[in-house]
Amino acid sequence: MGEYLTLFISAVIVNNFVLTRFLGLCIFFGVSKNLSASLGMGMAVTAVITLSSTLAWLVYNLVLVPLHLTFLTTVVFVVLIASFVQLLEMVTKKCTPALYNMWGIYLLLIATNCVVLGVPLINVESNFSLGKSIVHTIGAGVGFGVAIVLMASLREKLRLADVPKALEGLGVAFILAGMLALSFLGFSGMISI
Amino acid sequence: MQTALMVLVVMLLAGIVFGLILAYANKKFAVEVNPLIHLVEDALPKGQCGACGYAGCAAYAEAVVLNPDVPPNLCVPGKGPVADIVGELTGKAAPAVEPRIAHIKCAGSTEKAIAKYQYAGVEDCVAANLLQGGQKSCQYGCLGFGTCVKNCPFGAMTLLPSGLPHVDPEKCTGCGKCETVCPKNVIEMLPIGAKVSVNCNSKDKGAVAKKSCSAACLGCGLCAKNCQHGAIKIANNLAVVDPKICIANCDNPTCIAKCPTKAIEAVVKEPVVEKVAV
Repeated sequence: MGEYLTLFISAVIVNNFVLTRFLGLCIFFGVSKNLSASLGMGMAVTAVITLSSTLAWLVYNLVLVPLHLTFLTTVVFVVLIASFVQLLEMVTKKCTPALYNMWGIYLLLIATNCVVLGVPLINVESNFSLGKSIVHTIGAGVGFGVAIVLMASLREKLRLADVPKALEGLGVAFILAGMLALSFLGFSGMISI
Repeated sequence: MQTALMVLVVMLLAGIVFGLILAYANKKFAVEVNPLIHLVEDALPKGQCGACGYAGCAAYAEAVVLNPDVPPNLCVPGKGPVADIVGELTGKAAPAVEPRIAHIKCAGSTEKAIAKYQYAGVEDCVAANLLQGGQKSCQYGCLGFGTCVKNCPFGAMTLLPSGLPHVDPEKCTGCGKCETVCPKNVIEMLPIGAKVSVNCNSKDKGAVAKKSCSAACLGCGLCAKNCQHGAIKIANNLAVVDPKICIANCDNPTCIAKCPTKAIEAVVKEPVVEKVAV
């Protein structure tokens, strides 16, 4: 139990996927302009990576390892995740329209994102068991959510600030992200797996 | 060689399996969308202004097709032509859209309105309004930092050197976005063809209002007394014109000449010639 908790906290804070591993930066900047959109994005990412990385783990351990084709991992995962997100979109559209309306635009944005590919790859490279990989993935999703919500609340405050003309918009957002990453650096070394 | 063959087979199989799953899901989870919704959406101007009361053009298109109670004339920027097309597509009778235009209820340019303090913060009315209700001595007037100008989805507003925004009647679609964003509620939507407008929003008593701004409406009531049609009423020390009565009855407004501070002015803008959207 303690091991799983450590893994979860490490994925959320210490090895935060956005702020220490610098994955998923494109949606991190793209969808962090307001708080509610970033919350939706955080939840959508968590759901998608949890499901897709579980599937990826199964494919890796049941198909690729027995066939000695582990060098194909990246390619197979790309295909797997892209088609899985499509499938997820169709299913939510049919079965839970409310959820679809909330996720709709974000789902396809996620399909080809590096954080969604990076998490399952790190899972299999670290030789996690299925349980561990699920916990690690949920942690990664929550960590992404925390990062993007923090960023969105900062950027909402920034709207009323007197930003130098040259830095308006993305410029100051990058500086902010750098400072956030610096502060997350303070957690580094707390947990080592 | 054998590995290469294996790779080929695995990737081919993977492609086929995923493709089949997706094809199956596409049939199994197909959601029937009324094709009319797309046609209606294409007819809308796509300013996404929300003047119809829905989240955007797509949301309105869906509502107007699926819900028989939603009228086809809610798109204010689209005016008559769009309402006609939407009405035709959905089979609903389209009552005329009442065209309207934004009007700034303030004539307190930087020379006329007394400043309370010098504001040197962010160039934004909302921010200025947070500081003691803005830099003008008058609590009700336009602050002149152009929040409405920045938010106009159609580029119809410009900030004049006098410190007041100007509405281009050719470009203004009457969507009302500026009315919503103005922290002073100094913008109102006038029906096109309105004859006179009160260019003041001050609810202060006459003496107080006059001290703050030489263009203020004093609430003296001369205009109301002189209007034969009863179109003007004084409410909270401010003249309020009912444009409907004006348009219907009045040919020769007497109120303009009577106003001691020239707070009532004729609306010079000609009714905008409606252009059919291509």
